[in-house]
Amino acid sequence: MTEPTKVTVVVRRRPSIADPQGATVTRALRDLGYTVDGVRIDKIITLTVDGAGDVTQQVTEMCERLLANPVMEDYEIRIGS
Amino acid sequence: MPETAPLHRALGMTDEEFEDVCDILGRPPSNAELAMYSVMWSEHCSYKSSRAHLGRFPTEAPWVVVGPGENAGVVDLGDGWLAALRIESHNHPSFVEPYQGAATGVGGILRDVFTMGARPIALWDQIRFGSLDEPRNRYLFSGVVAGIAGYGNAVGVPTVGGEVVFEECYSGNPLVNVMCLGILRRDQLVLGTAGRPGSVAVLLGASTGRDGIGGASVLASASFDEESGAKRPSVQVGDPFEEKKLIEACLELYQHGLVVGVQDLGAAGLSCATSEPAARAGMGMDVDLDRVHVREAAMTAPELLMSESQERMMAFVDPAKVDAVLAVAAKWEVDASVVGEVKAGGTLTVRHDGKVVAEIPAASLSENAPVYHRPSGEPFWLEDLWTNTLEYLQSPDVGAALLQMLDDPSIGDPSWAYEQYDHMLFLNTVVGPGHDGSLLRIKGTSKGLAVSTDGNGRHCYLDPRRGGARLVFEAALNVAMTGARPLAVVDNLNFGNPEKSEVMWQLIETIEGISEACESLDIPVIGGNVSLYNETDGQDIYPTPVVGLLGMADPIPESPPRLDRATAGMEVWMLGPRHSRNLAGSAFEKVVKGHVGGRPDAPDATMARAVMELATTLAADDLAPAMHDISDGGFAVALAEICIASGIGATVAFTSWIGLFAENPHRFVAAVRPEDADRVAALADDAGVSVSRLGTFGGEALVLDNQGPEATSISVADLADTWRNAIRRRMHVS
Amino acid sequence: MTTAVVVFPGSNCEHDVVYALESVGGSAELVWHRETDLSAFDSVVLPGGFAHGDYLRTGAIARFSPVMDEVARLAADGHPVLGICNGFQILCEAGLLPGVLLQNRDLTFICRPVHLRVESTASILTRSATVGEVLEIPLNSYEGNYTADDETLAASADQIMLRYCASDGTVADAHNPNGSSDHIAAIANRAGNVAGIMPHPERAIEDLLGSSDGRILLESFVASVGAVHA
Repeated sequence: MTEPTKVTVVVRRRPSIADPQGATVTRALRDLGYTVDGVRIDKIITLTVDGAGDVTQQVTEMCERLLANPVMEDYEIRIGS
Repeated sequence: MPETAPLHRALGMTDEEFEDVCDILGRPPSNAELAMYSVMWSEHCSYKSSRAHLGRFPTEAPWVVVGPGENAGVVDLGDGWLAALRIESHNHPSFVEPYQGAATGVGGILRDVFTMGARPIALWDQIRFGSLDEPRNRYLFSGVVAGIAGYGNAVGVPTVGGEVVFEECYSGNPLVNVMCLGILRRDQLVLGTAGRPGSVAVLLGASTGRDGIGGASVLASASFDEESGAKRPSVQVGDPFEEKKLIEACLELYQHGLVVGVQDLGAAGLSCATSEPAARAGMGMDVDLDRVHVREAAMTAPELLMSESQERMMAFVDPAKVDAVLAVAAKWEVDASVVGEVKAGGTLTVRHDGKVVAEIPAASLSENAPVYHRPSGEPFWLEDLWTNTLEYLQSPDVGAALLQMLDDPSIGDPSWAYEQYDHMLFLNTVVGPGHDGSLLRIKGTSKGLAVSTDGNGRHCYLDPRRGGARLVFEAALNVAMTGARPLAVVDNLNFGNPEKSEVMWQLIETIEGISEACESLDIPVIGGNVSLYNETDGQDIYPTPVVGLLGMADPIPESPPRLDRATAGMEVWMLGPRHSRNLAGSAFEKVVKGHVGGRPDAPDATMARAVMELATTLAADDLAPAMHDISDGGFAVALAEICIASGIGATVAFTSWIGLFAENPHRFVAAVRPEDADRVAALADDAGVSVSRLGTFGGEALVLDNQGPEATSISVADLADTWRNAIRRRMHVS
Repeated sequence: MTTAVVVFPGSNCEHDVVYALESVGGSAELVWHRETDLSAFDSVVLPGGFAHGDYLRTGAIARFSPVMDEVARLAADGHPVLGICNGFQILCEAGLLPGVLLQNRDLTFICRPVHLRVESTASILTRSATVGEVLEIPLNSYEGNYTADDETLAASADQIMLRYCASDGTVADAHNPNGSSDHIAAIANRAGNVAGIMPHPERAIEDLLGSSDGRILLESFVASVGAVHA
C-alpha cells in the first residue's frame, strides 16, 4: 500500500510579466515607511496525491495542464513539505 | 548585404518592405529602426491589406467632429456636448490567455476614448466562441467574461451590453470585440498631435517592461541579447487600478488645459506614440529612451520602442506647463517622465545609452506604410451555397422548435455573462443589458444616448454584402426602439486570411454593404478596426463584421420601451413587411435543422428608414411599451422573450409557420395598448409600414394558433426555464 | 454641515454617492484619501469601488490611508459613518465594524438587483425605514460574502440592519446571493452610528433606473447627520 504524498506547488508569474498587485503593495509598504523593493505576489497550492506512480511527473502534468499557465507562469514543485 | 538583413523576415517584414525602408533612409536600418518599421508596418497597425478599401465608407456629416484616423470618432450632440466612440478587437490575445487578453482589450479601448478628452461612460463587448459542448470553449468563454468583468468593473466603467454568440467556426479562433463610448464638453477635445516645436513629451502611467514583444522574440535569439526567447512574454497583463488613476489624472490635465495633444500607447508602444503625433503635427521629435521609467533592467532600444506595456499615455505639453502636469500626475500617484521634445523638420531622433539609435522621417512610419491591393474573387463555392436550400413539405413541431431555439446559447439568456459586469455605475443606465439597444442618459441634460451593436456571421457568410447592410439596418432599428435617431457607426471587421482571394472578396463586399446601408440612412462611419488572419488550420472564420451604432434621443423618453413592460390586455402587433418566407441563415435552420445555406433576402433601404422612423416615434411617445426586433429565431423567439421578461403569456394566430421563424431586418414586435391602437395604426399607415394585429397578451402560456385543430401552447414558466438555462446549464451553474 | 465622501485611488462610486445624497436633500463633497483633517465635516461615506485595486486583500491597503484616522475619530465621536460595498470592506478591515467580506460563494462577480429585509431601525442607515419592509437594491460585488465567526455573530445579532431575502421578505439560502453569514447585507456598530452595506443604495434612487428603494436608506443617513449635529 502506498502512502499519500503531500505536495506544495508554488506558481509564480515570470519575472518579466507585470505584477500589478506586487507593484501596488510595494508602494503601500513604502508609504508605511519601509524600504522595500521587488514585491511579487505568488500562489501556493498544496495538495495530497496518491503516492503510486511517479508523483513528480503527475504533478508536473497538473501544472502544465491546469495549475499554471505556461505562457506566463513558472512553477516549482516541492514534494513532501 | 546589410547586417540586419536576416532579421526583417523574422520580424514579419517582406523583402520588398525591407527594400522600401532602405530606400526611405538611403541606407540599411539600424536594429532600433527596423523594430519601429516592423511594428508600425504590421497588418495590425498599418491596415495594409484593407486600407485600399476602407476609403469606401461614407464618413462625413455636419455633426461629425472627428472622423476615422484619430484614436476615436467624435460627434456633436448639441449644447456643447460631444460623444467619442471606438471599437477594437482583441481576438488573438484572448485565445492565448483569455482573462488577460480580454482585460487588456478593455484597457486599450478605454485609452482610445479618454485620449480624446472624453470620460468613458460605457462599454459593450461582442464575444464569439465555438460550441459550449467543448471544454476548451467553456474555459475561453468563462475566462474572457471574467477578464472583462475583472478589468471593466475595477477600472470603473460600466459594461452595459453587447453580444454573446456561439458558432463552430469560432472554435479555434474566438472573437473578442469591445466598444467604448465617452462624453466630453467641446472645449475639452484633445487630438493626438505633438503640437509646436519645443513641446515636451511626457510619458505617463505604468513603467515599461518587455510586455508584448514575445511575438518578436526572434529579436532576442537573433542578435539583440542572449536572453532566451522563453523569457520574452507575449502575454500582457492589465492593471485596471493603474488605468483608473491614469483616467482621472488625464481628465484633470484636460480640465485645466495643460496639454496640447495626447496619444495612448497600445500596439507599437513608443514607436507609435512618438511618430504618429509628430507626423500629424508635421513635426519631428527628439526622444531619449534613458528617461523612460522602466520595470526591468537592461532593456534594449528595440525592446523599449516595441514594448506594449499597458496603461501608458504620452502627453504633449507646453514647456511652461510641465511642472503643473507632473504635479497632477503625482497627486493621482501616476508615474511620469519627460522623454522627448518636439522639433521642427520632421525627423524622429531616438537616443539610448547616450547614442543615437534611430534617425528617421517621423511620417514615414505611418504615411509610407505599404498598401496592398490583394487579389479578390468570388468564392468558387458561393453558387453551390446559394442553391443549397432546404425544402419544407410540412410544418415542423412549432413548439418543439421554439424551445430548441430558446435553449440555444446564442439566443438564450446572456445574463450569466452580463451579471458579472457592473452595468449600473454612473447612474446613467436607463435600458441596460438584455435588451436590443442600450439607452444611457446624460445627467444634467435632456439627452439620452442609444447604442446597439450587431453582428451575424452566418448571414455574412451566405452573402457578405447583404449581411453587412442588414447589420446596419438592424442596429438602426434597435436604436430607434429606444426612442433615438442614429448619429454614427463604427465597425469592427473580423475576417480570415486576406491572402486568400475569397476572404478579400468577403471583406470588400462587406464594406460595400455597410457603406450602402449607411448612405441610405445618412449615417457616417466615424471609425473602425480590422482584424485579419482569424483562421485555424487553414479554416477561416465566417466573415464577421460587427457594427456599433450610436443614436441620440432628445428628449430622452420618460418611459422607454422595455421587454418587461407588456401587460395583460395589450395587443401583439407585428410591424413591417407582412410576408417573409426566406429562412436562409436563420437560427431556425441552424439550430433546428443543422443547416446553413441559401441566400438571405436583400434588405430594402426605403423600408428600413420607414420602419426605423416609426419605431422612434412609437418609443418616444410611449405608444409601444414593449418592442423587440425580429432577428435570431424570428417572430416566435421575439415574442417569447417579451413574454419571459414580462412574466405574461400571449395568444396569437398565424397562417405560415415560416413567418414565425423568418428573420427580416425590417420587422419588429410591439405590445400596443388597445386605446392606442388607432393612433399606432394611423402612424404606421402614414409611414407606409404594414401592420399585423396578431393577438393579445394575457394568461400564463404562449399560445401559437395556426387556426387548425390544435394550437401550440407552452407555459411561460417552461419558456423561461429553458431560456434562462441555455448558457447556465452548459456552464454547470444552477 | 457637509458629508465627506472619501476618494481612494481606485474608488469609483464617489460621484454617484454625491449625486444621490444631494438628491435626498444632503450636502456632500469629495475628499482625497490623503486628507488628514476632516474637521469641516460631520459625517463620512466611504463609497464603492476598488480602493488600491483591491490588491492584496480588499480594504487592506485603504485602511492605512491617511484619512482613516479622521474617519475613526468621527466614528468614536458618534458621527454618522457609512461604508458602501468597498467602503463596507474598508470599515471591517479597519476594525470599525465586526466581521469580514470574502469572495462570493460562486466565485463570480454579481451585478443585479436583490431584495433586502429591514431588520432593525437602530442605525444611521435604517432609522427612517420600517422593520420588515422589503427593499430592492442593486448588488455589485465580488467580495460581498459577509463572514464572521459564531461568537461575533451572536454578539452582534442586534446590529444586523438588512438581510438578503425574497421579494416577499422570506429569508432563506435560495435568496442569499453570495453566501453571507446569517444572510447579512448590512450591519452597524453597537452605537448604530457606523454602518456598512454591501448593495448600493445610491443606485436605487430613481424609478427611471429601475428602483427608488434606496432613498429611504440615504434619507436615514442625511437625517442622522442633522440629528447628531443638533
